[in-house]
Amino acid sequence: MPLLEVKDIHTYYGHIHALKGVSLTVEEGEIVTLIGANGAGKSTTLRTISGMNKPRKGEVVYQGNPIHKLPADKIVGLGIGHVPEGRRIFPRMTVEENLEMGGFLIRDPKVLQERKEQAFTLFPRLAERRNQKGGTLSGGEQQMLAIGRALMQDPKLLLMDEPSMGLAPVLVDFIFEIIQKLNQQGKTILLVEQNARLALQIAHRGYVLQTGQLTMSGPAKELAARPEIQEAYLGGH
Amino acid sequence: MTVADLFAILPQTLLEGLLLGFVYAMVALGYTMVYGVLGLINFAHSEVFMIGAVIGLEVFRFWGNPESPVIANPFLLLLVALIFAAVGSGIMAVLVERFAYRPLRKRGSKNILVPMITAIGVSFLLQDLTRIYAALRHNEFNMQYRTYDALNQTFELPFQTIIQVKGIIIIVVSILMLIGLTYLVNRTKLGKAIRAVSQDMQTASLMGINPDVIISRTFLIGGSLGGVAGVLFGLLYTNVTPYSGVLPGLKAFTSAVLGGIGNIPGAMVGGLILGQLETLSGTYLPFLTNGNFGTEYKDVFAFLTLVLLLLFRPQGIFGQNVSEKV
Repeated sequence: MPLLEVKDIHTYYGHIHALKGVSLTVEEGEIVTLIGANGAGKSTTLRTISGMNKPRKGEVVYQGNPIHKLPADKIVGLGIGHVPEGRRIFPRMTVEENLEMGGFLIRDPKVLQERKEQAFTLFPRLAERRNQKGGTLSGGEQQMLAIGRALMQDPKLLLMDEPSMGLAPVLVDFIFEIIQKLNQQGKTILLVEQNARLALQIAHRGYVLQTGQLTMSGPAKELAARPEIQEAYLGGH
Repeated sequence: MTVADLFAILPQTLLEGLLLGFVYAMVALGYTMVYGVLGLINFAHSEVFMIGAVIGLEVFRFWGNPESPVIANPFLLLLVALIFAAVGSGIMAVLVERFAYRPLRKRGSKNILVPMITAIGVSFLLQDLTRIYAALRHNEFNMQYRTYDALNQTFELPFQTIIQVKGIIIIVVSILMLIGLTYLVNRTKLGKAIRAVSQDMQTASLMGINPDVIISRTFLIGGSLGGVAGVLFGLLYTNVTPYSGVLPGLKAFTSAVLGGIGNIPGAMVGGLILGQLETLSGTYLPFLTNGNFGTEYKDVFAFLTLVLLLLFRPQGIFGQNVSEKV
């Protein structure tokens, strides 16, 4: 049984048919990447999984249970963390408070404290800025905070939406190393990226999304080798 | 009046402005917190405040009947009135949200005018329900707070200033409530969740926060503060009608805007400033204009000052006008 199974979902924004029957699976322990151009529906796919958008048709099945009818605040409790597009840090809350919000469902203050420390160990930069307001952080620091925040509830599945967006190359490398490290520690990751080259390098499998529909899928290495992918997403040779 | 006389009455005027300002501040918090989480001006909040005043009044009538008082001690009676008003007004605010605003929100209308007009409608509805209640129960809707010598007793302060016991109570209760709210918002889990929902409701739900619960709690807290303020207001002015909420509500809303709507310390400071503006103009206008403008122009003057302030700082004193990094 796959950890996550998305079955033929159709999601709309008003009258705009954003996802036209997307189906994908994520096995436990994998890094799966979803690549595609701007507006292809990558973020919408993640948002439909985490419950921010509701599919009009189709199913999202997590650990064998349908979750597409649950509200977002229930889905996170099942072990699905979401690092949203644009990071969406709470701008007028401190770094520490942002992390605490990530751990909102944790009842035991000891566990909360432990998880905060884990986040600070993973991103020492955040520890230095623990009392700084989220809105005053640099883009890279905000991305670290967004990842640290999503990890607070120790999710099994991490949905990551464009973690490299707007970051300097050295930071992009750092974030991708973190993603691999998290995966080695047992996190399953569904990664949406515009930087298809990097994403396909670290992912096990990939899906290509085009105007709301999947056009290709397969092991990441095979996808990266395909001429049409190289042409369209890897800048050609 | 000489200049020296004008200065002599200044401390007393400032003190009275302070009392009024605390009442406005507590009501302003209800507007600003609801605006923070929903982006909605809850016009019904003025009636939640008025209902608090009525609940307090009824507690005094029921249990403070001079012939056979259930609670003879006026201080204890006041405490009970404050608690009942806080609970009653809090529940009232929650009900308004649950049955008027939430259904609209669930329909997903993007038009902010719809909830605003609903809020005005609820405001009228609550006024009329209170009017019917007052008419049935008291045969008139002009209701009077009981007065107690113990509460009206006066003390002399320096600078020829006089304060009544109830004035001291208003100050103490207000300060306690404001400190309590500040603690709640900054230090407790609920308070942090309220701030998170105010800043980004969708992302808050990704954290496992149920926005509906938090919105409801926000109405509860704002309503309770409004209810307490209602009793203090009734104590101060003794007269309560179903329309008693309208003008103070408008002024409290203005205080919230003055402080920067959505900003909690801003609402407190805004309320205190408006209280001072109102009493200062009420006291000094007649003297400064040789009686051409009487005390009845105090609101005009207070609001005129506000218009000027907001011309120079449209986002309010504490309002954020900076674009946030995303």
